[in-house]
Amino acid sequence: MVGLEHYLAVAAALFVIGIFGLFLNRKNVIILLMSIELMLLAVNINLVAFSSYLGDLVGQVFTLFVLTVAAAEAAIGLAILVSFFRNRGTIAVEDVNVMKG
Amino acid sequence: MSVADFAFYVFALTTVAGGMFTVLSRNPVHSVLWLITAFVGSAGLFVLLGAEFLAMLMMIVYVGAVAVLFLFVVMMLDVDFAALRAGMAKQIPIAMLIGVVLLIELGMIFGTWQFSDGAEAARASLTPAMDEIHNTAALGLVIYDDYLILFQLAGLILLVAMIGAILLTLRHRTNVKRQDVLSQMYRDPAKSLEMIDVKPGQGL
Repeated sequence: MVGLEHYLAVAAALFVIGIFGLFLNRKNVIILLMSIELMLLAVNINLVAFSSYLGDLVGQVFTLFVLTVAAAEAAIGLAILVSFFRNRGTIAVEDVNVMKG
Repeated sequence: MSVADFAFYVFALTTVAGGMFTVLSRNPVHSVLWLITAFVGSAGLFVLLGAEFLAMLMMIVYVGAVAVLFLFVVMMLDVDFAALRAGMAKQIPIAMLIGVVLLIELGMIFGTWQFSDGAEAARASLTPAMDEIHNTAALGLVIYDDYLILFQLAGLILLVAMIGAILLTLRHRTNVKRQDVLSQMYRDPAKSLEMIDVKPGQGL
C-alpha cells in the first residue's frame, strides 16, 4: 500500500532536482525557469498528497493558486527573456548587468 | 503489489526521471520535452491521489500551455546553447554538494514526524465521499463558497501576466508598412477616385 511518505519522497526528490538544476545550469536562464517549475511542481505534489491523506480539500484549492502563479511567472519570465535577448543578443545570466547591480 | 501501487511507481519514476533529464539534457528542446514528461507523470500521481480536476488542469495548463510556451521560446531564440553549458563541469561538484545536503536534510525528516492531535479537527473543508460528489464538483463548491475573492484575484494575476507579457514583447518596427484603420475609414471616395469616360478605340 502506497502511503503518504511515498508521495513526499517523490516531491522531495523533485525539489532537490530543481535546486540541483539551478546550481548546475547557472548560465542558461531557460533551464533556470524550468528548474523553478520543477520545484513548484514538487510543492504541488506535497500539497495534494497531504490534502488527499488528511481528507481536506483546501490543499487542492491552494495547489490551484500555486498553479496560477506558476503559469503567470513562466509567462512573464519568458517575456522578459525574449525582450532581453532582443536587446542584448544573449541569454547568459552573467551578461544581465544593465542595471549595474 | 496491486495495480494502484504499480501505477504509483510508474508515475513516480516518470516524474523523477523527467525532472532529472530536464536538468541534465544537453539540448534545451529535449529539456522541455522531459519537463512535459515530468508534468504528465505528476498528473498521473494526482489522479492516484483522487485529485482528478488538478490532474486535468495540469495537463491543460502545464503540458498544453506552459511547456509549449517554453518550447516556442527555446526554438525562437538563436542562442548558442553549447556555449552556455561551457562551465558546467565546474558547477557539478557544488551542485552535487548542495543537492546531497538538501536530500539528507529532507531524508532526516522521514519517519520521524507525525500529524498533531489537532490536525483532524483543524481541517477547513472535508473531502466528501467519492460516491457522493466527485472531485471537480466538490472543489468547485469550496472555491466558489469560501475562496471566491482569492479565485477572482487569481484571475486578475493571470490578466496582469497576460498584459505584461504582451507589453514586454510587443515592438513597433519603424520601416514596416502598417495598416492605419482610421485613415482607411476617413478616406473619401470623392477625393480619391476620378471617373473617366473612355471613348471606344481611343484609349486615354
